[in-house]
Amino acid sequence: MATTADSFQAHTEDHAHDDHHVPGFFARWFMSTNHKDIGTLYLIFAIIAGIVGGAISGIMRLELAEPGIQYLQWWAEFMGGTSDFDTSLHMWNVFITAHGLIMVFFMVMPAMIGGFGNWFVPLMIGAPDMAFPRMNNVSFWLTVAGFVSLLFSLFVPGGTGPGAGTGWTVYAPLSTTGSQGPAVDFAIFSLHLAGAGSILGATNFITTIFNMRAPGMTLHKMPLFVWSVLVTAFLLLLALPVLAAAITMLITDRNFGTTFFDPAGGGDPVLYQHLFWFFGHPEVYIMILPGFGMISQIVSTFSRKPVFGYLGMAYAMVAIGVVGFVVWAHHMYTVGLDVNTKMYFTAATMVIAVPTGVKIFSWIATMWGGSIEFKSPMVWAIGMIFLFTVGGVTGVYLANGGVDDVVHDTYFVVAHFHYVLSMGAVFSLFAGFYYWFPKMSGRMHSELLSHLHFWVFFIGVNVIFFPQHFLGLQGMPRRYPDYAEAYAYWNEISSIGYMIMAASMVFFFVNIVYAFVAGKKVGNNPWGEGATTLEWTLSSPPPFHQFETLPVIEDHHTAHDHMSKPQPA
Amino acid sequence: MKILGSLNGFQRIAASLAMAATLAFGAPGAIAQDAATAQLEAVDPAVAADASNEDVAAGSSAYVPMKPTEGKGMPVAAGIDVQEQFSPIGQQANALHIGLVWVMALISLFVLALFVYVILRFNKRANPVPSKTSHNTTIEVIWTVVPALILLGIAVPSIGLLSAQYQSPPKDAITVKAIGYQWYWGYAYPDNGDFEVVSNMLTEEEAAARGEPHQLAVDNRMVVPAGVPIRFQTTAADVIHSFAVPSLWFKLDAIPGRLNEKILQIDEPGVYYGQCSELCGARHGYMPIAVEALPMDQYNAWVLAQGGTIAGAADTGIAADPAAAPLQEPESAVPGAAGAGAAPTV
Repeated sequence: MATTADSFQAHTEDHAHDDHHVPGFFARWFMSTNHKDIGTLYLIFAIIAGIVGGAISGIMRLELAEPGIQYLQWWAEFMGGTSDFDTSLHMWNVFITAHGLIMVFFMVMPAMIGGFGNWFVPLMIGAPDMAFPRMNNVSFWLTVAGFVSLLFSLFVPGGTGPGAGTGWTVYAPLSTTGSQGPAVDFAIFSLHLAGAGSILGATNFITTIFNMRAPGMTLHKMPLFVWSVLVTAFLLLLALPVLAAAITMLITDRNFGTTFFDPAGGGDPVLYQHLFWFFGHPEVYIMILPGFGMISQIVSTFSRKPVFGYLGMAYAMVAIGVVGFVVWAHHMYTVGLDVNTKMYFTAATMVIAVPTGVKIFSWIATMWGGSIEFKSPMVWAIGMIFLFTVGGVTGVYLANGGVDDVVHDTYFVVAHFHYVLSMGAVFSLFAGFYYWFPKMSGRMHSELLSHLHFWVFFIGVNVIFFPQHFLGLQGMPRRYPDYAEAYAYWNEISSIGYMIMAASMVFFFVNIVYAFVAGKKVGNNPWGEGATTLEWTLSSPPPFHQFETLPVIEDHHTAHDHMSKPQPA
Repeated sequence: MKILGSLNGFQRIAASLAMAATLAFGAPGAIAQDAATAQLEAVDPAVAADASNEDVAAGSSAYVPMKPTEGKGMPVAAGIDVQEQFSPIGQQANALHIGLVWVMALISLFVLALFVYVILRFNKRANPVPSKTSHNTTIEVIWTVVPALILLGIAVPSIGLLSAQYQSPPKDAITVKAIGYQWYWGYAYPDNGDFEVVSNMLTEEEAAARGEPHQLAVDNRMVVPAGVPIRFQTTAADVIHSFAVPSLWFKLDAIPGRLNEKILQIDEPGVYYGQCSELCGARHGYMPIAVEALPMDQYNAWVLAQGGTIAGAADTGIAADPAAAPLQEPESAVPGAAGAGAAPTV
């Protein structure tokens, strides 16, 4: 294998030569045009945003640990407001808003697409870099600017207190006439910036994948992770402009006297919801599809077996992406849709379970007959598949418009989307992180710490979110800082789960430090013969510029194997 | 100040109760022939006399807020399932819910079992040489078609439930309109003289005094007749709210500029609690809903006590004393007016 790798790296001297041109610190990290460096920046950014968003959920679980308002007054004062009742409660809404926006736009998306997408799409298709390296840099810094704008919104007036307390959905008219002050404008502007960054990133990925694949790598020989990023990029490109339009209308309703969403001027608040969820539903697939791609790579690698039903897996993602655009109103079952609309969205939503089921079963079939090694990426991948299944079946439950009436906007929904995101997307991220960390850093992390991280995190998130199904079925509405005594029992358990989950993150951070300080240096391919995509042909970390001589995908190579030498005739 | 405001509400109830009593007993001739007023005569004169007393605020009059039944129409401690259902829709939906829970559990357990098997059977030690299988059309068709059939099996009763939920209420159904305000509910009764009841959350002490669950108990409930379909409408005055009662399998958003309508039928008398279910600003968690279903005769008595009118009564010239109505000024007319009630203390 190593020899194969060498054949791609025709002239080692050239790399040494290139490395002389590695720019200085400022130019390298602040004016970067290198996809790997930008990927690293995205990952660091996502980890920082994840710490902020995760800390906010800690504040929320602490407050919810028992009935009554315990800590919000303190936070209201801390954030520069007064500690009166309404300001304290406003702080709650600011927290749920910030948690949602940060985790969606500044943690999961940057990590999945910006981080792993940037790092590994060019490597996996055998390209020297992204198609538009400078635009890549613009995408990243727009995302950072968006995050800064969101953080800034926390410290300016937002109506009943500092910060935007509209929920991540920013529904009008709460976000227009219902929230005086500039906080909501800053929060909306943050979405504009992050959205613009994502649109640029999406065009970059589409161009790269369509035009820069190594000679011989047809679409049907592309690794599934690249497929997943391609589908995701199309979703971004088609969905985000609709969000941009919707939130621009919010801005003009707020500041320039338009009435798109104000019935007093002939507008309609429900119009905003249609526009938002036309973006919002594809958005949830944007967050999970790259995860699907990573899981496919990992399961195949550690089962030492090709992905089962490669074409089915690729086109299941395409199907999920396409159908994902025509199911948005299942987020709006209670707005007063007419019966035919509700029946359509019920049926269409349930259809998504079919390609999703194909993926779940194909992953298991990939493992079936394999020779499975339970390395850290694999345990995270298995955890992801099972927990995503649990989140998936509650999704089928929620798809039923008539049944949804009792659980809509309750903790059942919170449990559902955290199972598919906090477990689905985040487990994929950790799986991908442990899978590619040796490649990115050149050093091996501790398998022991990774496994400890997995088990404690697995227990923690399940203790947090499984009881929330019960709370929701019993009727506890979401976005509530306080609740009736009857809900106390499961809320307390959920908060205990948070502490378990938080403890597990210690293993994660210690592991990173350990890897950089004492981690064993790794060669091209630390995972053995199951790892067959092009990134494993390169050194770890890869050279600053790779594939100066393009690798060639030969006729004998398949979608599962881009590395083997031809069999002697 | 705010506590005073809500006490005023009770005093106004007392006042209108007194007027209703006057109507019933002060002019018996005018109402003698009307069936709808027959209930009024059942009002205990002693209670009616009490109605003029300030003490009536405590609720010793013809209409006494019903004591909630523990565990009925409210969440139960450490509960893990949906609340017990008290509407025909709720019964139908609950049956589907139970089926869905089984489907969810079985699919999850099936996937878990596959994992356990694969992990035990195909780990590196048990199976050192991996197979080269990369596809199998038969199994792929099976795991596409079988889930599709399961979904079809779910869709049929699900669509049936939807069509039941969208039945139109009968023409003569009483209309009740819930209006969401920041942060309380108003309940208007357009078929009963269009009075509006303003409903605020009770403080912890008030709720305890009344033997009701805190965070759910309100001062003035939405009173409706039990056992008959109601034409239930929602709208809102400021931002979007959502009217939700879990034990009735009912949730309908209240949206400014829109009038949503849905049939609501409650099987039996009782108190059914719910909470606002669309983020509506700071005190989103503090505008609960309490629905009190009463037998029709008691409902009519309650309407008259509010200064409302009863269908049919108007034809014979019977109406509530104009002086008695409305019980409370519809606060929609005065946005931001008092009515936010007693703010729970932090």
